[in-house]
Amino acid sequence: MEVSNRAEGLKETYDVAGRDFSSAGAASSRIKRILQQIGVDQGIIRRIAVSSYEAEMNLVIHASNGGRITLDISPDAVTILVEDDGPGITDIKKAMQPGYSTASDEIREMGFGAGMGLPNMQSCADELEISSEPGVGTTLKMVFMNR
Amino acid sequence: MNDSAGIQARSTMTLADICKILNAEVICGEDKLDEQVTTACGCDLMSDVLAFTLPGSILLTGLTNQQVVRTAEMLDLKAVIIVRNKRPDESMVELACSKGLPILLSPYPLYECCGMLFAAGLKGCNGSVHAKDESSQKIEPAKPGEMTCGAPGLGD
Repeated sequence: MEVSNRAEGLKETYDVAGRDFSSAGAASSRIKRILQQIGVDQGIIRRIAVSSYEAEMNLVIHASNGGRITLDISPDAVTILVEDDGPGITDIKKAMQPGYSTASDEIREMGFGAGMGLPNMQSCADELEISSEPGVGTTLKMVFMNR
Repeated sequence: MNDSAGIQARSTMTLADICKILNAEVICGEDKLDEQVTTACGCDLMSDVLAFTLPGSILLTGLTNQQVVRTAEMLDLKAVIIVRNKRPDESMVELACSKGLPILLSPYPLYECCGMLFAAGLKGCNGSVHAKDESSQKIEPAKPGEMTCGAPGLGD
């Protein structure tokens, strides 16, 4: 796909399959490539790629039905919207604490569940909003200013 | 200062130097051995790598799955070094090759690999690197090749 006209903006949504560890990261890889094609600053790309990948891993790990990641590029900002109908987060404040994780041993053996996902996203993003309802799902919105 | 591989201690080295020091086998990315590296990270937790590793570093790890390659991709890491003589699974090698990411295999354990590179002058990644305020979370770094005893701040 050609991604050329930055001024007009761009919006794409990627489906992320739950528990599919072999394709986990493919959406973030695509997002990174698009941002490189339109010439976003390397440092900003890296912050977006890291955040999007952490969020994508969360979908794969926690949301058995998976979820969606929407990339929304405007001239001023890049927004990453992550939505799922997974188990939800019971205590968001706790989940934001570095080191806190509910991931299983199986996940930890794969190198995740270090409890750095959400804290890492928060330090990377210029704005982070999270809303979650146990048993219903989670919505995470991250904004990265393009400056 | 010279290490056993006869490499002069310095803060920048090539992947070829690293191969020599770690007695490593190159699985893919042979064409990138002249790339310069200034920092390294030794870790099996990919989330910690994503949080604390400087772009352009190399990663030393005992993990051998595709997520290591994805993590390296997101951070623009220069290479992944798999320690303890582990063989990466085929899907990891395939993905690394498709991304042009060099994979090196060393027979030494993680601690030894990190120690040898550190002694040869390769620095670590100190503090959080993606934080918008880069001055935050910095601690006084240890100086490669000049460690005397214990962690910085504990011995003096």
